[in-house]
Amino acid sequence: MSLSILVFLTAGLTFAAYMSGVFRVRAVSGGNLSTLHSRPTYYGAYVALIVGLAALCVMILWLVGENILIRGIIVDGLPEAVRNGPPAEMELALGQIANAAKAGDAFGAEPYVSQLAATYNAVSASSRLYMTIAMFVAAAGGFAVAYSQVKPETRARNRVETVIKAVLFLCSCVAVLTTLGIVLSMLFESVHFFSMVNPADFFFGLTWDPRFSAAGSGGEAGQFGLIPVLWGTIFITLLSMLVAVPIGLMSAIYLAEYAGPRFRATAKPLLEILAGIPTVVYGFFALVTVGPFLRDFGGTIGLDIDARSALTAGIVMGIMIIPFVSSLSDDVINAVPQSLRDGSAALGATKSETIRKVVLPAALPGIVGSIILAVSRAVGETMIVVMAAGVAANLTANPFEAVTTVTVKIVSQLTGDHEFTSPQTLVAFALGMTLFVITLGLNIYALHIVRKYREQYD
Amino acid sequence: MDKRQAETAEKQMVEGAAEAKFVTRGVHVFYGEKEAIKGVDLTIYNNEVTALIGPSGCGKSTYLRCLNRMNDTVESARVTGSILLDGTDIYDKKVDVVQLRARVGMVFQKPNPFPKSIYENVAYGPKIHGLASKKADVDAIVETSLKKAGLWNEVSDRLDTQGTALSGGQQQRLCIARAIAVSPEVILMDEPCSALDPIATARVEELIDELRENYAIVIVTHSMQQAARVSQKTAFFHLGDIVEHGQTEQIFTNPREERTRDYITGRFG
Amino acid sequence: MTDASTAKAYFQSEAAAKLVRKRYAAERRFRFYGMAMIAVAMFFLAVLFYTIISGGIMGFQTTSIKVPVPLTAESLGVEQGATPEQLRDIGGFKLTKIARNALYTQLGIADAEKPLKSQADKLLSNGIDTQLREILQNDPAIVGSTVDVWLLAHGAVDPFVKGQIDRNLPEDQRLLNNQQLAWVDRLEKDGRLELQFNSGLFTNGASADPELAGVAVALIGSLFIMILVVAAALPIGVGAAVYLEEFAPRNRFTDLVEVNINNLAAVPSIVFGILGLAIFINFMHLPRSAPIVGGLVLSLMTLPTVIIATRAALGAVPPSIKEAALGVGASKMQAVFHHILPLAMPGILTGLIIGLARALGETAPLIMIGMVAAVFEVPSSPFDPATALPVQIYMWAGMPERGFVALTSAAIIILLVFLLTMNATAVVLRKRFERRW
Repeated sequence: MSLSILVFLTAGLTFAAYMSGVFRVRAVSGGNLSTLHSRPTYYGAYVALIVGLAALCVMILWLVGENILIRGIIVDGLPEAVRNGPPAEMELALGQIANAAKAGDAFGAEPYVSQLAATYNAVSASSRLYMTIAMFVAAAGGFAVAYSQVKPETRARNRVETVIKAVLFLCSCVAVLTTLGIVLSMLFESVHFFSMVNPADFFFGLTWDPRFSAAGSGGEAGQFGLIPVLWGTIFITLLSMLVAVPIGLMSAIYLAEYAGPRFRATAKPLLEILAGIPTVVYGFFALVTVGPFLRDFGGTIGLDIDARSALTAGIVMGIMIIPFVSSLSDDVINAVPQSLRDGSAALGATKSETIRKVVLPAALPGIVGSIILAVSRAVGETMIVVMAAGVAANLTANPFEAVTTVTVKIVSQLTGDHEFTSPQTLVAFALGMTLFVITLGLNIYALHIVRKYREQYD
Repeated sequence: MDKRQAETAEKQMVEGAAEAKFVTRGVHVFYGEKEAIKGVDLTIYNNEVTALIGPSGCGKSTYLRCLNRMNDTVESARVTGSILLDGTDIYDKKVDVVQLRARVGMVFQKPNPFPKSIYENVAYGPKIHGLASKKADVDAIVETSLKKAGLWNEVSDRLDTQGTALSGGQQQRLCIARAIAVSPEVILMDEPCSALDPIATARVEELIDELRENYAIVIVTHSMQQAARVSQKTAFFHLGDIVEHGQTEQIFTNPREERTRDYITGRFG
Repeated sequence: MTDASTAKAYFQSEAAAKLVRKRYAAERRFRFYGMAMIAVAMFFLAVLFYTIISGGIMGFQTTSIKVPVPLTAESLGVEQGATPEQLRDIGGFKLTKIARNALYTQLGIADAEKPLKSQADKLLSNGIDTQLREILQNDPAIVGSTVDVWLLAHGAVDPFVKGQIDRNLPEDQRLLNNQQLAWVDRLEKDGRLELQFNSGLFTNGASADPELAGVAVALIGSLFIMILVVAAALPIGVGAAVYLEEFAPRNRFTDLVEVNINNLAAVPSIVFGILGLAIFINFMHLPRSAPIVGGLVLSLMTLPTVIIATRAALGAVPPSIKEAALGVGASKMQAVFHHILPLAMPGILTGLIIGLARALGETAPLIMIGMVAAVFEVPSSPFDPATALPVQIYMWAGMPERGFVALTSAAIIILLVFLLTMNATAVVLRKRFERRW
């Protein structure tokens, strides 16, 4: 039975439960609704909630577990040699089986493939069947319990509200679970990685050279020095800030202090368009426009600029960050009380003197906070650097050379053809963990500063 | 108040008074279409405190803000009429607003010290106007200004602390010190005590009385008692116009106008 | 100490006047910097849009060559009156040959001139067999007649017709040699070669040939992902926000959730990709490259945005409304769901649309979960392999053929049109329903 049909069926059952709850309570009240604790709809809703949630919970749990179980069965069925062989080959065999199961034909692969494909189909079909049965059993059980409680003195509304509140609570737990998932998944694989590579070699290593080790060859370990990769991230972030901070900050100042309402009303949304453009578009822009332009421009003045360089990525990322800096700074500058501006003006300061000597110093913590947020954004940015910065891990301070970043390496290590348990792949999780910790630290610090700043003028 | 009356009142004020600092004639202020001030004639004298009283929204603050052209910062505001400072129209194109504001200082309703040190707060004006370039000169200005504002004894040992860390009354005196640091000729005060407690208010009022010796002071106040305590001249504003003005004593003891009497006796306002 | 009189004297001095002039000059300079910086930002925006639009317009067109193709039953190897099924099974090789022969006739190439023929072959796309097959299937009755068909030109021809490649390059640096260029010019003069609307861009999937590549798979993939994001992030996000704003007790756990949400909103998107890879693919063994995984990952990413926007919208509803509802005997739950939530709806929808727009443009996490594969078939369910629009852009940007540059820009235009529409909707919603209490 396909999933969508099951979902519809569950919805239908839920509705039926609702109706039966309403009819039941009408019947037991003998038509005298004022004896009921709650309005009849709440009795219906109560029965429906219990039935629907029971079925849904079973379905979700089953779906989460199903693939893991089936995989286990198939892996058990694999020939000894394949199962105990290199993981990559086992993955390959599993992939073949899945494809064969879908197509209904193994296309001349080894016999065990078509055999297991049949098992696969059989197991997944019976799994679905069992799931359906389990769902109905759960729904029926829920119905029996809830239906028996449909009595005039049952506080149906309170029960419904308690259930809804519990569901809402679970919703708010999703965010926590997400963070937990991020931390655990990265921590687990990072630990795995550090069991193969010395953490000191990772965190303080000056060479990034993971080597391409084919499945099974296992000889070359490669060097996983974080420093050159991290330097690339820092370098490009720095360059992007050199572009974004002056432009973003001055734009914000002009818009907040000088611009008339009409100019503001046009310029602000235009700036914000920059923020709405997907980063892959910026990457393309860097790749086809900015990179070649810088290379050609460098050629005319006798500079050797790579088309993929730290400079290209830095400039384009800077453009992307401009609206981020400007809109955050705009908020911060507007939060500076007008009385300070008046005080300064009344002493005979010009507008720019007021801005430079009173408004900006007053807004400084907030501006610093927003710049840190922008830095955190730049550090985690992926597409622009993947497309424009290059892949070579150079430990260089020359902006005209290609450098690479943490995010680029995460992408290239995880999309490469390495087996999943090799250090070449696992290093991506260690890099991800590093990235997560850095951005988290920056964010917490920035939010702390900004909050303190806001409290000052509230 | 008809014209003749105004002239006699004016004459009375001129007699036995010091030199006129501000002479304003037919001042109108418009906010967009709305006329906030409807032709105010008033003269402000040196070494005197002139109090502007009247119910909320009567235009007294608006008028005050014309005297150092603070209304310039409001986009829609338009000022007509003549406002002469020592015989020069301050709305003349040749008059520089930056220099004007150095000559006409202002203290605001809510203390607004800059989020800088006490020293920097006071030194800010002299520095931007180039009144002092050497550190010693600036130090001297800071010290005398704080002394004049009666704050020196309380803060001389902590000039580095933030101005915002002071108490409300101290903050307001710091703002006064900040204003007098650029050696203005006139000080405008827009309800300077409304955010202060009675004790701080008393200190500031004392200070105003001391400052009268060297400056012309215009103070907007809601408190009739305050006007009576600190001012020599009083002008009563109502609905964007001056109803009556003259010697404070006379206004409070023997007002000519019914409306003035009603206001000072608390029948409206 | 300067007293009033010396100060007055100073202000009338030449030195003071000079200083004032200097200060005003500084003022003008500062103002100019502000203006200039806005101008620079606008310049970048203009260049960006110019690059993409000028390059992308071309991507919506593709070169076709009109050739009379004799579709004889004999050459097709079918009988007159063949069913569409039979026509479907005609080999691609046969159809390609028919089309090529038609072109030889058109160009006047004799049967024996093998080298010329193989040069002429390079003018036609590899997709002409599919094209002919579709024509036949749509109208089986045309078997036996000769029809004028606009055959897709090869991807190498296209950039020359569009003037994107300099024809004066030395012959060995060009994809088309002199002979081929001469043919192109002749066909163009005869009105047999022209730029036509590239409908394949919207109906085709992945292809290594630019003239056959399209965004259909990516569009459907993105659509599935968006549906999943709305289905998952909206209820969960609103539920979480309602709980936190209206019901949560003030305790350590609530604080933790709040800090957590604020930080989650700023976690780099690629980290969500790693999460998806580790949890959904490696642990739960959901299919790789499938929109279901992409949708789940982007839902988690969008969740904080929705929660934050919803909380702001709920917080903006004045407490007096809730008090009024409670005052007439509603329960807290009823007050929230009957009164506060409906009033906060415009704000919630605005936040959702903004979050969706961000998710639609997101690339890195989808690359992590393997949505970068070349997919030829349009997916029929979220469990089938697919790509997404931004990932398609990324893949095309990396293609070496000249034709893909225009296609990339065209795909970007399509993406931007969607994004601008969404953002405009959000702005209109906000303007239309914005209430100030």
